[in-house]
Amino acid sequence: MPAPTYHDDEDEAVLAIRDLNFFYGDFRGLKSVSLDIAKNRVTAFIGPSGCGKSTLLRTFNRMYDLYPGQRAEGRILFHGRNLLEKKQDVNLVRAKIGMVFQKPTPFPMTIYENIAFGVRLYERLPKSEMDDRVEWALRKAAIWEETKDKLQQSGLSLSGGQQQRLCIARTIAVKPEVVLLDEPTSALDPISTAKIEELINELKSDYTIAIVTHNMQQAARISDFTAFMYLGELVEFGKTDSLFVKPQKQQTEDYITGRFG
Amino acid sequence: MNLYSRRIWTNRMGIALSMLAMAFGLAALMWILWTLFYNGFSALSWEFFTQDTPAPGSEGGGLRNAIVGSLLIVGVTTLVSTPVGILAGIYLAEFGTTSKFAAATRFVTDIMLSAPSIVIGLFVYALAVATLGGFSGWAGSLALSLIAIPVVVRTTENMLRLVPTSLREAAFAVGAPRWRVSLNVTLRAVKAGVVTGILLAIARVTGETAPLLFTALNNQFYSADMSQPMGNLPVVIFQFAMSPYDNWVSLAWGGALLIALLVLGINIVARVLFRKKTQA
Repeated sequence: MPAPTYHDDEDEAVLAIRDLNFFYGDFRGLKSVSLDIAKNRVTAFIGPSGCGKSTLLRTFNRMYDLYPGQRAEGRILFHGRNLLEKKQDVNLVRAKIGMVFQKPTPFPMTIYENIAFGVRLYERLPKSEMDDRVEWALRKAAIWEETKDKLQQSGLSLSGGQQQRLCIARTIAVKPEVVLLDEPTSALDPISTAKIEELINELKSDYTIAIVTHNMQQAARISDFTAFMYLGELVEFGKTDSLFVKPQKQQTEDYITGRFG
Repeated sequence: MNLYSRRIWTNRMGIALSMLAMAFGLAALMWILWTLFYNGFSALSWEFFTQDTPAPGSEGGGLRNAIVGSLLIVGVTTLVSTPVGILAGIYLAEFGTTSKFAAATRFVTDIMLSAPSIVIGLFVYALAVATLGGFSGWAGSLALSLIAIPVVVRTTENMLRLVPTSLREAAFAVGAPRWRVSLNVTLRAVKAGVVTGILLAIARVTGETAPLLFTALNNQFYSADMSQPMGNLPVVIFQFAMSPYDNWVSLAWGGALLIALLVLGINIVARVLFRKKTQA
């Protein structure tokens, strides 16, 4: 039985995932997943550890490509093109579909260079425009005030929460359409987490956001759509409000009420 | 004797034994350094650095030609082995992690690391000296490079392997191609470790004698021409230490002290550099 797909009539789908299967060697990590990621909305993926939510997120920018033995089958349509096609330029995909990871990962260079690195890969900007772009990205990620006087210091000198916002700035500096967030706050304290959540809310007017989170309250707080996954399958997918208030499936209800997971 | 006093006693025994072992190792090192200083320090003078190696039977003399020769040969070795070693290390750690070719390279590098240096000297003799018409500084640098490259390759690879996957993925995630990820992100993250590896490789080849015996040979006169036989510290020490002339023997001690101090200095720089970086 193919997994159901959900369309929300008002929303345009940026990523359309169709019948996606994922394999780690012989192990099938995703089982016929189909869903749409709506434009300028936050879509959250929840589920117990090992349910495949991170695996799914990592197919969107083909991060799994780095590892031999991992492969995806099916279709992920982005502007009508299947991202999983062999001839697809993965670097270009990753510039259009950015990703922020669980642990803050500033590059071993200055704060300025952290932002400029990605921009330089695809654009040749004169110094003044690059300065503007760096400031723009840092402002967007709500970290400009804290970094404007130390742009030439190492990115590693920032605190964990600041590093994570630097990573978000670095991602949006490339001007992607989609931002993937893989448990972006699980290594952060509550105050930094609140800042990032606030930021996500602001970013969705310009970007489409897909976020994996272990924290159900977080999903409920920040997302418009929520997908509940279990054992590699998409169990339930719908508007966050209805999914949390009135889940359709017993498994979903058990999970969000804390009966397992 | 109850359990606790027995443990205390075993603990004391353990500490005493390891202290003894440490003292033994340290004593040997101190003895060598002391002997070098005792015999070599008096040879270090202005003339030691400004005059060339003396002819048999003549008075005085210095090691200028050998010092300059060693600097040139080791300098060229550094220039050759640094890029080759780093690039090969990047290949092993970033590109060919699982390929058979990389596995073979790794295996050969490990063998080269422990190959007797005289074998490498003979190899270069057969390859470059016997065929290309004579001993030369270039041949010496080639032999030393063959010793230094494996050291640089392995330290570079090992350092790059310490880079967390998350950093590598983050660099790919902004759309960077693999070569940029390697050069601009991961290599940069382990810069201090790689430089340390290079310094240790230099320290290692600075004192190598056997590979130079068959390649650069020696030159009694000052020469900065790398295509000619070239004076160098290790071979001069080897020759002078076995000579019957007192001033030669004294110069050999001075040269040995100089090399020891140089290697000591390089090691200290490497350690300071590495510590500063890992603390940051």
